[in-house]
Amino acid sequence: MAVTITDNSNFDPVDGRAPLILGDDSFAGITQAVARPMEDPAPTALKVVFGIGLMLLGLLGVSLAYLIYKGTGIWGLNNPVGWGWAIVNFVFWVGIGHAGTLISAILFLFRQKWRTSINRAAEAMTIFAVMCALIFPGVHVGRVWVAYWLLPLPNQMAMWPNFRSPLLWDVFAVSIYGTVSILFWYTGLIPDLATMRDRSKGALAKKLYGLFALGWRGSNRHWQNYERAYLILAGLSTPLVLSVHTIVSFDFAVSQLPGWHTTIFPPYFVAGAIFSGFAMVLTLMIPVRSLFNLQHIITTRHLENTAKIILLTGSLVGYAYAMEFFIAWYGGNAYESYAFVNRMFGPYAWAYWTMVSCNVITPQIFWFKKARTNVYILFVASIFVNIGMWFERFVITVTSLHRDFLPSSWDYFHPTFWDVSTFLGSFGLFLVMFCLFLRFLPAVAIAEVKAVTPAADPHHHPHAENGDDGHDEGGH
Amino acid sequence: MSAHWGALAEFTTAPEIFHACEKVRDQGFTKWDAHTPFPVHGLDGAMGLSMSKVPWIVLVCGLTGTACATLLQWWVSVVEYPLVISAKPLFSLPAFVPIMFELSVLFGAFGAVFGMLALNKLPMLYHPLFQSERFERVTDDRFFISIEAGDPRFDTAKTVQFLRELGASHVELIDG
Repeated sequence: MAVTITDNSNFDPVDGRAPLILGDDSFAGITQAVARPMEDPAPTALKVVFGIGLMLLGLLGVSLAYLIYKGTGIWGLNNPVGWGWAIVNFVFWVGIGHAGTLISAILFLFRQKWRTSINRAAEAMTIFAVMCALIFPGVHVGRVWVAYWLLPLPNQMAMWPNFRSPLLWDVFAVSIYGTVSILFWYTGLIPDLATMRDRSKGALAKKLYGLFALGWRGSNRHWQNYERAYLILAGLSTPLVLSVHTIVSFDFAVSQLPGWHTTIFPPYFVAGAIFSGFAMVLTLMIPVRSLFNLQHIITTRHLENTAKIILLTGSLVGYAYAMEFFIAWYGGNAYESYAFVNRMFGPYAWAYWTMVSCNVITPQIFWFKKARTNVYILFVASIFVNIGMWFERFVITVTSLHRDFLPSSWDYFHPTFWDVSTFLGSFGLFLVMFCLFLRFLPAVAIAEVKAVTPAADPHHHPHAENGDDGHDEGGH
Repeated sequence: MSAHWGALAEFTTAPEIFHACEKVRDQGFTKWDAHTPFPVHGLDGAMGLSMSKVPWIVLVCGLTGTACATLLQWWVSVVEYPLVISAKPLFSLPAFVPIMFELSVLFGAFGAVFGMLALNKLPMLYHPLFQSERFERVTDDRFFISIEAGDPRFDTAKTVQFLRELGASHVELIDG
């Protein structure tokens, strides 16, 4: 084995496992690599992105203020299309949020050790995406000041929500998803906050990191409960993440509308959510790893694995598109068949074919190893997937609504300036939160990465020859 | 006894701390602990720890969540605000399953995190070990064993000697 391995994407699992961390994989080296970007002056690129994010956040503030002042009439909603960009954006953001928990929980249960390099940032992405998502149902109720009616709270009208409505399930599912994601993320952060506490030079930083580290002292008696709690959180989050997008899809599937009323929606939505979330992970991690010099921790192999999941879930989504059409024809319901033919060839054909090209055709490039290991191709493809998945929600929502049962009420949906500005503004919130995260919190789970290095194994002997163990301590 | 809180021994690698823990365990110490930058695989066994109680807390909390969700939905839909929708029964159990599941997960997750913190007696922002400057590296790349002076087998001179013999790269006494 070569002394310094710079590419871990070419290992045959039969011959030996590729190392997850390249270059300096000493414990101190990992701490240093992750913590340094927070201690060095912020790179210009990060400042620029933060500035753009702040401007967009301002746009969001203005858009929401005007919305609250004027009402949902400022959006392009019309009579048959009563659910427009607000629900599209909501589903788009919640979907993105799914990858974080998938990486942190499901890959954890499957003992996919490579998750440790990207789970922290992906979980942060989840939380910020859920925040962006929650804005939309929060404001599309129209009278924002009575949004608390969504919750089962005693009120002066002695009125209670209807627990048989999927919209109420959704309120519970998304808010609980957000809460559990924050708990999971914070639990993972505690040991790393302690690392930052012990590294910090500034008094204020030491105090703040120390406060949030809760006095963590790496005690093994603590680690024991901690690891058990983390495993259980992963076990709880796994069905939770699958349930959330299932329930989001119930918002549509439980209705009677052709185009929405299909049983394939829950698995199809979950696959789409994972698909879009992993694309967003690539969109974020490719610039972050080069900006912060983390290529040896977030390696080509991590990107390649992500691309493989995108290929899998993208193909699942493509299968779901095909199956919807098959059932629309096979089911023999005239309204259902019409809704689907109209999707493909009707006034929104442009949106439909954008969706298919981005979601079904683009990921097929990942059958090729060259594409899976080239950061530029990965980045561009991930952007296409993000666009495609937004269009998927647009197609589902708007094309199903715009042709009502009565042809006299047919209409075409045109977004207004405020539709666009609110959506762009939500990216501002996301970017600002993500930049702050990168600046003040360890973007890679330091303790977890250390635990998957060869030296972390208590039965590891640096100089022993180990036949089935593809790594070697080599140069250090 | 002494004015010391206990003794702290430093180790540099995971195998060292693993074998040292086995020996401390075999000596019959009870008030002692290992401190590591990451969870070292199998160290619970090397320390002779019994199973974590976190799963029981989660089970109780999760079932409480299920019960609360059932009660809430039943009370709202049957007692307080009965609404007949599509001629469905007032207590429509299948429709209540999603929220029963969600609340079980929520309560279970709270149980896991806060139960874990409670069992670990965290937050505890001050601890005698934080006096040691070397101990700052416990969150970076060093491994420690601490034995408290309150342990019946603790004897300042002998315990320090014992820790040295375990192969510790540095042993110090921590003030109480």
